[in-house]
Amino acid sequence: MEFIKKNKTFCLFAFFALLIILAAIFAPVLTGGVSPTDAVLKNALQAPNANHIFGTDKLGRDVFARVIYGARISLAATFAVVGIIFVLGSVLGVLAGYFGGFVDAVIMRIADMMVSFPGMVFAIAIAGILGASVKNAVIAVALVSWTKYARLARSLVLKIRNRDFVAAAIVTGSKTPYILIRYMLPNVIPTLVITAATDIGGMMLELAGLSFLGFGAKAPDPEWGLMMNEGRQFIQNAPWMMFYPGLAIFLVVVVFNLLGDALRDVLDPRDE
Amino acid sequence: MNAKQIGKRLIQIIIVALGVTFLTFLITYFAPGDPVRTMFSAAGVVPSEELVQEMREELGLNRPVLVQYFSWLGGILKGDFGTSYAFHKPVSGLLLARLWPTLKLSILSMILMLLVAVPIGMAQATHKNSFLDYALRGITFFGVSMPNFWVGMILMLFFCVRLQWLPVVCSGGNFRNLILPAVTLAFAMSAKYTRQVRTAIVEELNQDYVTGARARGVPEWRILWLNVFPNSLLPLVTMLGLSLGSLLGGTAVVEVIFTYPGLGNLAVSAITSYDYPLIQGYVLWISLIYMLVNLAVDISYNYIDPRMREKR
Repeated sequence: MEFIKKNKTFCLFAFFALLIILAAIFAPVLTGGVSPTDAVLKNALQAPNANHIFGTDKLGRDVFARVIYGARISLAATFAVVGIIFVLGSVLGVLAGYFGGFVDAVIMRIADMMVSFPGMVFAIAIAGILGASVKNAVIAVALVSWTKYARLARSLVLKIRNRDFVAAAIVTGSKTPYILIRYMLPNVIPTLVITAATDIGGMMLELAGLSFLGFGAKAPDPEWGLMMNEGRQFIQNAPWMMFYPGLAIFLVVVVFNLLGDALRDVLDPRDE
Repeated sequence: MNAKQIGKRLIQIIIVALGVTFLTFLITYFAPGDPVRTMFSAAGVVPSEELVQEMREELGLNRPVLVQYFSWLGGILKGDFGTSYAFHKPVSGLLLARLWPTLKLSILSMILMLLVAVPIGMAQATHKNSFLDYALRGITFFGVSMPNFWVGMILMLFFCVRLQWLPVVCSGGNFRNLILPAVTLAFAMSAKYTRQVRTAIVEELNQDYVTGARARGVPEWRILWLNVFPNSLLPLVTMLGLSLGSLLGGTAVVEVIFTYPGLGNLAVSAITSYDYPLIQGYVLWISLIYMLVNLAVDISYNYIDPRMREKR
């Protein structure tokens, strides 16, 4: 209770985020059992009405159901990307920072390469070449994004690497894995968690962008970027096909961006 | 930056370009897609196994990946970027024809972005923590969170479909075709950049010389435009160079929405049809443009910041 009182904004946005996640999990309940992939051609391209509050798409599928179910794909893919780059980046960054030398050189040269290159362009190429699927889009985005975390983790480790308590741990015979987990990781995690939280929104946008280009989810999956791509051809007759999925992306990204900012204020009060 | 540092950066650029293209090559090599079968099915032919093998032989696709890569590199040294599978034309010609439209689009959207972001960011910084600051911060926050393809399509719906002021298909080369794609690109970028302008100016306003100038009674507008703004140019120009990366990625999406004849649109269709030489060419060109622009940004420090000149 004390925590809620102290961090009102954070709790509010966490509540919203939780609502979105619950909506994704309980999609069948929310849509009243309407399937996102049930095509009823005679209902095609209906404007929003009492039966279909977001209208229907070119195959007569209910846009509302597709938007709600779309949260599952978007959230799962985004959390997968953020999780992968968080783990990969922090592990490689900690190793590079702690051991230095050859390991450091290799990891950091790769990271340098990624920084000096427009990542999204590369992600588009990778996702496209690997073939359109959500999994490949996740791989592509993760591949170009992990370096930021590695750099951060490395710089944080370098800061404490030569402190006395580390030397003391080594002298008293602590094993290297123990030092890494007990002393290095705890110093790295808070900053990386903040970075990850603020990245969720951006990653979601990139993944949706890939799907929009046709390099992510495949039809008939209800995925927001893909739905907007399908809606593009019907922009004159059925603008609701592209409007609602876009609105969904926008709202979810806003909530997670606000949550990320609020989390930073909670964990890192230095900014005040 | 002196000549030696520039030379060092150029070598670095070549190494990164080699690394990136090699990575792309590896991925195309191990990817499940088959360009030969795609080519045949695009032509409406169901090929026999022999025909496929023959074609693979002809394109050199059955060679080991390293051999393929180095023969591709060798070609580039002679100015030959390969031949597109889908268009049966030299890649360099295809890319060159699309280069100018994309550059035009990028430059215009950058100008639009600066026109929006710099005044707003400065207003926010000078009125820090006022109502104006909070309101504008809220707006930029929403701007950052909007998918640019959604913004593009809403603009299209409004201006092209409803009002019919502008064309839905922006494939022509004239200015009318440029407006909406450029506005769409500028939209998301200016939201991000406004925040950066605000931070940079706020930081500069906290410097002691500002307090000193105020104490001496120098008018506020003089401090802002003659001292603070030039001093914060350094981070602002750096961020401008870096934002070119997301801009070039963004052009692909926006060009597809508006059927704009640029590099990004070409690349998307190349990727869809497994046109490997064209993809390779695109990745190489974009990375070179991006890195050379950022090198130019670093060189420009010599002119922006006198301290850099003295250090030589």
